[in-house]
Amino acid sequence: MKRDLICVACPRGCMITVEYEGTEVYSVTGNTCKRGEEYARTEIVNPTRNIASTVKVNGGVHPVVPVKTSAPIPKTMIFDCMREINAVTVDAPVKLGQVIIPDVLGTGVNIVATNND
Amino acid sequence: MCYDVAIIGAGVIGALTARELSKYSLNTVLLEAAGDVAMGATKANSAIVHAGFDAKPGTLKAKFNVKGCEMMPAVCKALNVPYKNNGSLVVAFSEEEKAHVQELYERGLANGVPQMSILDEAELKALEPNLAPEACGALYAESAGIVCPYELTIAAAENAVTNGVEFKRDCKVVGIDFADGVFTLHTTLGDIETKYVINAAGVHSDEVSRMIGDDSFTIIPRRGEYFVLDKAVGGMVKRTIFQCPTAMGKGILVTPTVDGNLLIGPTAADMNKEDEDNTATTAEGLALVKKFAAKSCPAVSTRNAITSFTGVRAHPDVDDFILGPSEKNAQFIQASGIESPGLSSAPAIAEYIAGVTVEAIGNVGRNESFNGERKDVFRFRHATDEERAAAIAKNPAYGRIICRCETITEGEIIDAIRAPAGARDVDGVKRRTRAGMGRCQGGFCGSKVVEILARELGKEINEITKFGSGSNILFDRTK
Amino acid sequence: MLNYDLVVVGGGPAGMAAALKAKECGVKDIVILERAETLGGILEQCIHSGFGLTYFKEELSGPEYAARFIDLVEKTDIAVKCDTMVLDIDENNLVTAVNKKDGLLKIQAKAIVLAMGCRERPRGALEISGTRASGIMTAGTAQKYVNLDGYMPGKKVVILGSGDIGLIMARRMTLEGAEVKVVCELMPFSGGLTRNIVQCLNDYNIPLRLSTTVVETHGKDRLEGVTIAQVDEHLQPIESTKEYIECDTLMLSVGLIPENELTKNVGIAIDRVTNGASVDEMRQTDHPGVFACGNVLHVHDLVDFVTMEAQLAGEGAADYILNGAKETVYVPTTTGNGVRYIVPQRVNIKNPNDVKLYFRVGRIFKNAKVVLEIDGNVISSKKKIKLAPGEMEDVVIPASVLAGMTENSTITVRVEE
Repeated sequence: MKRDLICVACPRGCMITVEYEGTEVYSVTGNTCKRGEEYARTEIVNPTRNIASTVKVNGGVHPVVPVKTSAPIPKTMIFDCMREINAVTVDAPVKLGQVIIPDVLGTGVNIVATNND
Repeated sequence: MCYDVAIIGAGVIGALTARELSKYSLNTVLLEAAGDVAMGATKANSAIVHAGFDAKPGTLKAKFNVKGCEMMPAVCKALNVPYKNNGSLVVAFSEEEKAHVQELYERGLANGVPQMSILDEAELKALEPNLAPEACGALYAESAGIVCPYELTIAAAENAVTNGVEFKRDCKVVGIDFADGVFTLHTTLGDIETKYVINAAGVHSDEVSRMIGDDSFTIIPRRGEYFVLDKAVGGMVKRTIFQCPTAMGKGILVTPTVDGNLLIGPTAADMNKEDEDNTATTAEGLALVKKFAAKSCPAVSTRNAITSFTGVRAHPDVDDFILGPSEKNAQFIQASGIESPGLSSAPAIAEYIAGVTVEAIGNVGRNESFNGERKDVFRFRHATDEERAAAIAKNPAYGRIICRCETITEGEIIDAIRAPAGARDVDGVKRRTRAGMGRCQGGFCGSKVVEILARELGKEINEITKFGSGSNILFDRTK
Repeated sequence: MLNYDLVVVGGGPAGMAAALKAKECGVKDIVILERAETLGGILEQCIHSGFGLTYFKEELSGPEYAARFIDLVEKTDIAVKCDTMVLDIDENNLVTAVNKKDGLLKIQAKAIVLAMGCRERPRGALEISGTRASGIMTAGTAQKYVNLDGYMPGKKVVILGSGDIGLIMARRMTLEGAEVKVVCELMPFSGGLTRNIVQCLNDYNIPLRLSTTVVETHGKDRLEGVTIAQVDEHLQPIESTKEYIECDTLMLSVGLIPENELTKNVGIAIDRVTNGASVDEMRQTDHPGVFACGNVLHVHDLVDFVTMEAQLAGEGAADYILNGAKETVYVPTTTGNGVRYIVPQRVNIKNPNDVKLYFRVGRIFKNAKVVLEIDGNVISSKKKIKLAPGEMEDVVIPASVLAGMTENSTITVRVEE
């Protein structure tokens, strides 16, 4: 199979063509640097993304506190991860960096607060 | 309880009439179908106090315009709202139009308009250097002015309530019965009994009239579209610039506003009856405004537009104001068919209608505690440094700027909400304080205004609306 | 009246970095005046990641990026006044500000850094006809409602403008359960970063329609739908392509305007293209002792560049405060083929250091060269696979070249196809 990707490893935005079957990559063309090839391979084998959202706070300055994934999670799990984030409530005070959900969905990735509240 | 007088419609006519009636010891109620005062034709028009040379001599329009123009400065002063006597020019762009200008001048003389003169090209361009090169003469009417119609109405309603008038918003009259000398108004807030009714329902005044069987006139709603331009170009012209009138109205004008913006418009297009509350702007209309404004002032560019809007004028098929008792019921007093120069005529119409009503009721005493001066409204942007410091010392909320573009403080917004007949929604706050009316159009302060409204009214922020029912700004909590 | 060496107007990333740099350079009394309740500026509501890749070499969210600077400011004796609005700056650097606690403040400054940021272009400037229903808001306002207030501003969303905030909000709204129907972009290219188009739109199958705009809004109370249409080469809507899309929310991401009302009050010259002050390489305006940096100077696409620019301004302000006005010989920077603007607008050739010129192109270029020409000589010519208006570029004038220039020299940056 053949797929065209826009590389997002840097702002240049190279058009990369990947030839692959399943998770086996035969060729990566169109990239202009090594990071582009890595990006293309990951996109085919196991695309991952960081996500950011908010979690409800009890007794804080704001009603919600921002959170993010501490590392990228598989792209296919984004909406499952959102369900976990939406289900949790945290009590103030919240510290930046505080783990809100450890090991979300068994990914080994934490959901952490990205601001104080 | 039975009211002495119920005024239907809290536009500029209804509100000023309510204030006039509050000079007497009467139980008066002011009913408004919308969520705030000044929501119909009053909200969106040219904001001009015409000198009075347009109307045909002998018409009610001619009579009340000249009188209203004369009364306006004092009314605005008492109500503490801005008024500026900037004068107006009807500009001729050709020799044929010069003849038309002469005709208007003579009509003005017949109507008793003071301080008019005919200017030649040099005189005209000395006064207004930014006019198009084709401009070759003008009728100059020095008595004309500009006013903010909704501020006037808000102030009049507030003053009326302070002097004892009851105000009911979201109160739409859907039917009227009359028996034993008493009207029963069926409204969305229940039945209201009253001995007299004043019909000031604007574009809906014919519908209200028909509720008592008076079908002597029909309102043809007429759309007018405008652009408001940034204050940066507010000084493009000093006076209100008219073009020669056509059958559909006074043409596209270019005028400064009392707030320092530039207003261009309106178009004039008759609408279907069922569309009379439709204030959508149209691409065609806005294009026309651009085109014809450029005829007066070529440098006017809608690149400087901060907003556009549509007003709906209540044009009556009988072509004149309809003022006084209905032929069907002498206790039902018409203040209907009020289109341009309705705003200019409003103080005179209100005085007349109140007079007619009081005379009809008979034996009405004065309201001894009446105070026609509206309480001083603190305006941070107009205050001196000393006044600002003093105001903040008294109320720290005057030290928190909410709207940066217009420099409006939290204190002013709270005042607007707590005032008699005060603001209940974001647009209401905007009209009363100008918060959100600047170049960013509420981009920054909108959410803060929503918060303040929620806090003051004891509501959740998703219950706060832009302009009444159904116009909520937010949905549910995200979490 | 208060006296400060340096008054910084705005406590966002630009203001904080400028203040910190000035402190580091030895300025004693510094105050930051911030209109919001906390330092951090717009970063507080930008909860997505993507900040700091250049400056910190790691990917941070907006609040995290801001927190690094807030922590640094708190460790210094830099005074901070939040909830404080600057009302006026006069020609003698007297600052008038107001807040609830101090009332009206008069602050005499030796130098001032303007770091007020920018605002979003509203609907009025767009001439979209139709109703005034609720549900029409800028993407930034929507972002505040979702990320700080915790409320959904809409459920079925159309976004006009593919600037970064619009793209980011497309993803945020989708993650929070809204349906983003389409992102329309008037121009034939997106104004946002490619990364954001991929990760915010493509990932969620949100269509991006280029050369398309919203021509009309519908709905009396709450927005019920919009009419969109393709535009021709003059950006005029094509009647036959009109299409109705049902939605309850229209988010506008149609450009940012530097907030220069204060700047204009001082009488500082404004660049008509950037809508920001015209500055030299230390970001000093034509009003001595008044510097500008960050989005108030020109709209940046990455906060990292804001930080670096603010450090220059902080350094410049410190030098002005500690050593007085410098001997200057200014040479203007000139935009050549394809270049829309350059910051700084002039360079002091007495500056002993390398000077970096930031610029934006006016349209997309592929496989082009960025050429820096001084006195007609090509100083550098860099190959670029792609140049886009949404992405800021830079070239450097080496100190050695600067040293050889005279007051009659010319500096031009152009794109060679």
